[in-house]
Order: sequence, then structure tokens, then C-alpha cells
Amino acid sequence: MVSVHSERRPVYLANPDITLVKILIAGGFGVGKTTLVGNASEIRPLRTEEPLTEAGTLVDDLAGLADKTHTTVGIDFGRVTIADDVALYLFGTPGQPRFRPLWDGLAHGAMGAIVLLDTRRPDDSYWAMDEIEDRGIPYIVAVNQFPESPPHDADQLRHALDLDRTTPLLVCNALDLRSCRALLESLMVHLIAHYRQDLTA
Amino acid sequence: MTAPGGRRRLVPAYLATGGQATPSRNTLDRMTVLTCEPGPRPTDLTAPARRVLDQLGPGALTLVEVAAYVQLPPSITRVIASDLVDRGLLRTHASLLQPNNTGATTREGPDDADAKKERIAVIERVLHGLRAL
Repeated sequence: MVSVHSERRPVYLANPDITLVKILIAGGFGVGKTTLVGNASEIRPLRTEEPLTEAGTLVDDLAGLADKTHTTVGIDFGRVTIADDVALYLFGTPGQPRFRPLWDGLAHGAMGAIVLLDTRRPDDSYWAMDEIEDRGIPYIVAVNQFPESPPHDADQLRHALDLDRTTPLLVCNALDLRSCRALLESLMVHLIAHYRQDLTA
Repeated sequence: MTAPGGRRRLVPAYLATGGQATPSRNTLDRMTVLTCEPGPRPTDLTAPARRVLDQLGPGALTLVEVAAYVQLPPSITRVIASDLVDRGLLRTHASLLQPNNTGATTREGPDDADAKKERIAVIERVLHGLRAL
């Protein structure tokens, strides 16, 4: 877990008219999303706390029920400045299905996604893959290799995940900086192919 | 996912906006870039609104970054920022590359071949930039 201090000096964007590219880091709870966001990001990753209810109902609920406990979910995100005029933003999606209501806002404008998978419990990431597929967001799948991960057969895993032939399935180590960067590169290669296909379609 | 221990908001979310629930404009989202407009600052601003302006200072940040720094949910920060835009204290920059041209914050024109090519060119720049890091 990356600690977030309450008082931090902002790291400003190079210029206000910079082009921003947004991608999602998705997957089940505890699969390594926060680690990946933290390692890939140049700024210390930031976190927002988001109420589960919509803004409108939030106010109404609290007005009527002073002692109402409302659920919040932490969203981690990071930034990689590519050049003075391009920056990449990575958003970790909530790991648990009950936080689904937040997905629409988070996924809005996402160019692509990395779905992280833990082969010890791959089922945990299925629903996140569905959320991404339902929105038509191009993605790659990356098995986050834990020391105690059982060896997996790539073909079997592709079959189990019902992956499209063109969707890359990779192995990574979210703890390793270079592995995280390589993953981002792989996503970009996939996105270029995806959007080129869109061009000729 | 829980917040690190001992951290709490300075102002409850529902007070931060003075009870206002929805932003006055719907063009703001997490990725909208915000900058302060030059000029004197009114004296009647709420504390959260002042914090938003203080965090931005002379620089540019996305709305979600401002939200993280001022420790308010993005939805609440959006209401505050929207009000500050209406008052001429903040400027917005629609900077987010869109996967298609249906988004309200897009900077592109119609989703024609040029827009698609531009999209690919940006991603290629990101790829080359990552390789150069």
C-alpha cells in the first residue's frame, strides 16, 4: 500500500493545453492495481475518496439522516509526462463489484485498459473484464506474477478467459518498474493496432 | 480500499458546496484541466473554494488532481470548480484525448478520418515517449 500524505505540494502540468491520455488499470481486489499505478507513475500516486452515491442523492441523504454512514471508495491514480504537450493518466478501478456505480465516471474517455490477473484466483478479475468489454474499451490482460503463483498455460488461460484472438495476454511483475513500463508500452502497441483498424473500418 | 488511518476531510462533503448538489455546467469531469484566472480574489469565497484556488496557484492541474490535493470527492470538487468558472475565477481546458467523438469535453471536431489519425498519432507519441523514458 502506498501511503498518501495529507499535505502535498502539487506537481503542475507542463502547460494547460497539454493533451491527456487516460487509461484504466482494472482487475480484482488485491491483484496489484495500486502497485502498478504507483510504479508506473512519475508523481507519487494520488487518491480520491469517492462516495458511492451520486452527488445529488448524497446531499439529500445526509440532509435527512445525520448519522447515516456512507460508503466511500478510494481511487488511486497516477501520471506519466511523455512530453511538454502529452501526458498519460492511469486510473486504478475499484477492485470489488459492489463499487460498479463508479465505473461510468472513471471509464469516461478511457482510451484503453490493462486488466491485471492473479492466476491463483483469476475469477476475481472476470467482472472487471466484462465492465471494460461492455464499454468497448480496448484492453490487454496481464498476469501479475506472485512468488507463489502456480504455473499457467497461456492457451488454457486464454480459453478460460474467452479472450479475443487479438487481445494480448502477458505476464508482468507489478513490483518491478521496468515490467510496469513494458506493460504500458504493450498497451500502446495494442491501442495503435486497435485504432488503426477503426480507421480502415 | 480504505483511506490511510487518521486522515479526514477538513469540511464534510455536503457542506463544501453550500448544499449545492449538481454542478452549474456539465462540461467538467475528472480530466478537465483547470487554471486560475488572473485578478483579485473575491472575499466571499467558501473555504473549500479558496483551497481549490490555492492548490492551483499559478499552475495547471486536472480536476481529479485538485480533488486529491484538497481532499474532497471529485463530484464535490466539480461543483466547486463549476461555480468558480461561472464567477470567472477559473478557466477550463478540454485536454482529454477521446476514444471517439461523443464526449462533451472533446477538443476535436467531427469524428472524421483526420480525428482518427490524430488519435493514433498521439498514442504513437506516448509509445515512443515511454520507450525513451
